[in-house]
Amino acid sequence: MSIQVQDLTKIYGEQKALDNVSFSIQEGEVVGFLGPNGAGKSTCMKILTAFIPPNAGRAEVAGYDVENESLELRRKVGYLPEHNPLYLDMYVKEFLHFVSRIHQLEHPEQRVREMIGITGLGREENKKIGSLSKGYRQRVGLAQAMIHDPEVLILDEPTAGLDPNQLSEIRALISDFGKDKTVLFSSHIMQEVQAICDRVIIINKGKIVADDNIDLLSRNSDDTEVVRLKIKEAVSMEALQSIPKVRNVKTQGGSFELVFDSNSNGVEKVFQWVNENSYTVLHLERKESSLEDIFQLLTKES
Amino acid sequence: MWAIYRKEIVAFLSSITGYLVISVFLILLGLFMWVFPDTSVLHYNYATLAQLFDLSPFIFLFLIPAITMRTFSEEFQAGTIELLSTKPLTDFKIVLGKYLAVVSLVVFALLPTLLYFYSIYDLGSPRGNIDTGAVWGSYFGLVLLGATFAAIGVFSSSLSSNQIVAFLLAVVISFLLYLSFLYLSKLPIFYASIDDVIQSFGMDYHYASLSKGLIDSRDLIYFLSLISFFLFCTQVKLSSRRW
Repeated sequence: MSIQVQDLTKIYGEQKALDNVSFSIQEGEVVGFLGPNGAGKSTCMKILTAFIPPNAGRAEVAGYDVENESLELRRKVGYLPEHNPLYLDMYVKEFLHFVSRIHQLEHPEQRVREMIGITGLGREENKKIGSLSKGYRQRVGLAQAMIHDPEVLILDEPTAGLDPNQLSEIRALISDFGKDKTVLFSSHIMQEVQAICDRVIIINKGKIVADDNIDLLSRNSDDTEVVRLKIKEAVSMEALQSIPKVRNVKTQGGSFELVFDSNSNGVEKVFQWVNENSYTVLHLERKESSLEDIFQLLTKES
Repeated sequence: MWAIYRKEIVAFLSSITGYLVISVFLILLGLFMWVFPDTSVLHYNYATLAQLFDLSPFIFLFLIPAITMRTFSEEFQAGTIELLSTKPLTDFKIVLGKYLAVVSLVVFALLPTLLYFYSIYDLGSPRGNIDTGAVWGSYFGLVLLGATFAAIGVFSSSLSSNQIVAFLLAVVISFLLYLSFLYLSKLPIFYASIDDVIQSFGMDYHYASLSKGLIDSRDLIYFLSLISFFLFCTQVKLSSRRW
């Protein structure tokens, strides 16, 4: 077990930032940590990296307790804090050497070289961190988090504020690292979570509201099946209503959205109906409820 | 710890403030010692470095807080303290690394003044007519005094994420501990009764005692306990996020 969290509670003044949170992450898993702002993601990550202690509950990372074995724990964990704080006056290479000295690496020169290669900082290595663009700073942040080859990587919003190209590069870096290491990363971006990881933990107001495989999560979210249909000919809503088992029909742009009860094989029914009337189908698909819908459903103000 | 130490030294020497602080110290000292006729040793007609050791504490009072003000304030401001605190380093090692870097810089700033010692030594009539023991004692006292100011400065810096606040706080605490007891002892109620006891709480009392060239363990213990106290407080402040 790479990360084990049990009944974790953290209280800031009156507010419960974390409320009896429990989950565990196996070795080699890549897990996305989702939640609206202020849900407790960063607090949880700060506890897992031994920056602050919990008020109650236990947490173990890489086999070490966050409170009693924090020094050993910090040797095994790589952490990218939120907003990626860095020493802007330092040069990229100088900074990575500094971090490798803290970790007392055996071959710092070689390791810094490697990290610069992996994160693609080669052209920037002799620049000051302060003069780098956001994407490159993020790479420096990742490089310092991974330089000691940690067992567990904890990344707090590693892709916040990046442009689409930088996004995909950073994502590739994370998935690459996640091949044989445990990664827990937080994000607001659902597609990203979908792209990188297999499992997602959704947290809201300090409580875990979902913890599941992404595919399962998107299937179980509600009890309806939505089929999207576009045909060349003009048809009336009433005609569509006549398809067996249709509950509801909506128009959206030039296409229709037909709502069926789940398990009623909606796509099949629509296809039969189209065949019978020999219409020309331009588009027919079963609409999966996206992670975004689930996210909104689970974290909406109640 | 040495990683932090090294980083601090490099950061100081690669920024303009580092050279500025050292130059200001040396320029002020040089002017007072050799140029301004009221204080110039050349007009004084005695081979002594007393000027150096009388003036340096007052320059230190402002310059050392200027060096220390960024040590922790900057880390809090930029959020890099989170980066540092989640690395395999104890809070005390972080404090000690930063502190020792400041002390090294103070010593570094003092090194060129050895040239003054040599000049006076050489100018003496006959040559070498200077109380060498007192000079070394004074240097020792000055380093201890600077090290104490540095501990106060590092502590002040850990109290605020604002460098100006850290600077002012350091100046005030340093001043109070350096001179206020001397002035306090002159209050009529203390006069001729316990004024010497009150004075002995102040740093200047122990500094003056060391300047005589006699290294007394009481003075040493006084400075070392002040340094330990402030470093301990800094560590407590740093760990207070865990409360």
